[in-house]
Amino acid sequence: MQTQECIAMLLAGGQGSRLGVLTRSIAKPAVPFGGKYRIIDFPLSNCTNSGIDTVGVLTQYQPLELNDYIGSGQPWDLDRMNGGVHILSPYQQMQGTEWYKGTANAIYQNIHFIDRYNPEYVLILSGDHIYKMDYSKMLDFHKKQQAACTIAMLEVPWEEASRFGLMLVNDDGSIAEFEEKPKNPRTNKASMGVYVFDWKKLRAYLIADEQNPKSSNDFGKDVIPAMHGAGERLCAYAFDGYWKDVGTIDSLWEANLDLLNPNVDIDLSDPDWRIYSRSIPVPPHYLSEGARVQNSMVSAGCVVEGEVDFSILFPTVTAEPGAVVRDSILMPGVTVQRGAQVHYAIVAENTVVAQDARVGARPEEFEGNQDAWGVAVVGAGLRVGPGAVVPPQAMIENDVGGALQ
Amino acid sequence: MRTNNVLGILFSNSNDETLPELTRLRTMGSVPYGCRYRLIDFPLSSMVNAGISKVGVITKANYRSLMDHLGMGKAWDLSRKREGLIFLPPFVGAGTGGNQTRIEGLRSAAEFLANSKEEFVVMSDCNIVCNFDYRALLQKHAESGAQITIACRRGPAPLYNTLRLQLDESTRVTEARLTAAADSNALYSLNIFVLRKSLLESLLREANAQGAGDYEFIQRNVNSLRIFGAETTEHARVIDSLQNYYDASLELLQPDVRRALFVPARPVFAKSQDDMPTIYGLRSVVNNCLVAEGCQIKGEARGSVIFRDVVIEKGASVKNCVLMQGSYISAGVTLESVIADKSVTIKPGKTLVGARNFPLYLGKKIVV
Repeated sequence: MQTQECIAMLLAGGQGSRLGVLTRSIAKPAVPFGGKYRIIDFPLSNCTNSGIDTVGVLTQYQPLELNDYIGSGQPWDLDRMNGGVHILSPYQQMQGTEWYKGTANAIYQNIHFIDRYNPEYVLILSGDHIYKMDYSKMLDFHKKQQAACTIAMLEVPWEEASRFGLMLVNDDGSIAEFEEKPKNPRTNKASMGVYVFDWKKLRAYLIADEQNPKSSNDFGKDVIPAMHGAGERLCAYAFDGYWKDVGTIDSLWEANLDLLNPNVDIDLSDPDWRIYSRSIPVPPHYLSEGARVQNSMVSAGCVVEGEVDFSILFPTVTAEPGAVVRDSILMPGVTVQRGAQVHYAIVAENTVVAQDARVGARPEEFEGNQDAWGVAVVGAGLRVGPGAVVPPQAMIENDVGGALQ
Repeated sequence: MRTNNVLGILFSNSNDETLPELTRLRTMGSVPYGCRYRLIDFPLSSMVNAGISKVGVITKANYRSLMDHLGMGKAWDLSRKREGLIFLPPFVGAGTGGNQTRIEGLRSAAEFLANSKEEFVVMSDCNIVCNFDYRALLQKHAESGAQITIACRRGPAPLYNTLRLQLDESTRVTEARLTAAADSNALYSLNIFVLRKSLLESLLREANAQGAGDYEFIQRNVNSLRIFGAETTEHARVIDSLQNYYDASLELLQPDVRRALFVPARPVFAKSQDDMPTIYGLRSVVNNCLVAEGCQIKGEARGSVIFRDVVIEKGASVKNCVLMQGSYISAGVTLESVIADKSVTIKPGKTLVGARNFPLYLGKKIVV
């Protein structure tokens, strides 16, 4: 086995429970995003574009669709003779079988995988962020700083700072102090959950962490504080592009629609930094004589005969004549039938919104308590029957009304 | 007939001369068509969907774009250790003419044929837009006891280099003529042939001795071989002129044509390009258009076929056009009945108008 200077380990085992029905049968990194992608396309494409061609993907929760999607890694150019993408699931061992207990434990259980490549550095990524980042620049920074660990850092708006793990950074780029979701933040420099480690050092800390029965085996809570406590040099690498954690319905909805905002710094059309994805062989999309499509993103195989405004249509979505889709995200294969209305909603794969049904509502039209307003979500493979109503903020898991009248 | 016992052969340059505008820089097989396809995608995908797992692509000239498009055949699942996609460039040496005709192309590929273990061969040109059912053709060939089966179709016959057939009640070919007379209800060959590989090899040896045009091996043997016609009623368009290309492109706006070509069970595969989905801007007006990915449409478009990465700026208006990959239509431009080849740029305020029966063609990378 040829050695690799740096390999990436992508944590993709999380359930993403805050996404509710959207992750009922798929892992969060497999959730469709941005018209034709899935969330995991972003870190995988970043790796390829950064020249990192060995990636271990740690899966645990509902891995079938994710494993299938990644396959040989060919869409990301990660089907390599030496390296490439590897799916790493928990496995049976002599001493018994263990699930991945935490982010650090997941890496611990795969120490032998990393050792095969004998890398100097390991890049730890997570599978639930939307961003374009050149990891090679971060690696250069890490080397220049001679750090044991470098953490990618983003300045977030002060009012949101208390939702993040924060870092107080010295002038030389080293990290003075960590604050985990403090009530009164002293800084707005947040961790993006992207780490570069010196592999020899990390390896030792992972083994020590595993032997500590009190540890929750988490990078942010255990391993990095332990390194900090032991006086290792930890540095913060400033990133100033677009970055979004899409762990909640609201942030997923927002991040999708950010793609329609020319003022948001996430350009997916950049030929020098493609986001790769596995695509399906469907014909181009068709907008009919009566279609009205504005301010929207439309993917292959869609047929639009109705009205679509400020929305994202994934492949093979159908909007029949008289259908209205606004401020919404329709995942692959969704059908919105005649006269149906979809507002401020996320509709998951292959769901049918039947004639004259109504999903979600505009905030200004919503008569109830505004706290009860929110993005409506309909799960995959369901049917919202003719004339049925799905209220705002609903999270629909089963077929709704109007069934077989 | 087991389809993995069938070798596919595609003539990528056949009839190039009928479409000089679009084939100046490329093969017929790599002529862009239908927003995201090249013409070769249709016969190649059809073969793959029928279970044919080895396809030789015979080339003559200008095949860089074809090689770029096909690559190792991954998108058609033909990047294989066994079988797969095989490029057959012209064999240059004594007694060869650089694959000017189909027969020459096949002769160049003699070694490939000899080394193939498949018992049968299907051959097709690339200028036929059709989601062709090769399984049905092969079945017909097996059932009829034919030595050669020719797929044919009834309708307005292409005028160029196309065999017109007469069949008897048993569908055996009794006459095969090359004629340029207009006929709106002729039974014409789609230039898709099935035969045993051994028969093809012996016909090639014969042609070697006697010299042969493309279809002499059919015409000469109408009486001596059992040659059958398999009439199909599938949607099929033979592209043999710019007008024809234009019409066959705009025809894709009809739902029944799309249904006939884009059958979910028999998808048409193409090289994937990783473009982002298309973005429609504020107050864009797009009606009756077929649009690929990666476009940014801020202006107006009607009745048009729009390829990847096309930009239509605010205040521009496009009607009945075919805009190939990377066309840039600036603000205030009016285009009607224009075929823009790849990466054409139209500067602000220009107006270019062709007619439905006389489309205006703009060559690759032209700046207007």
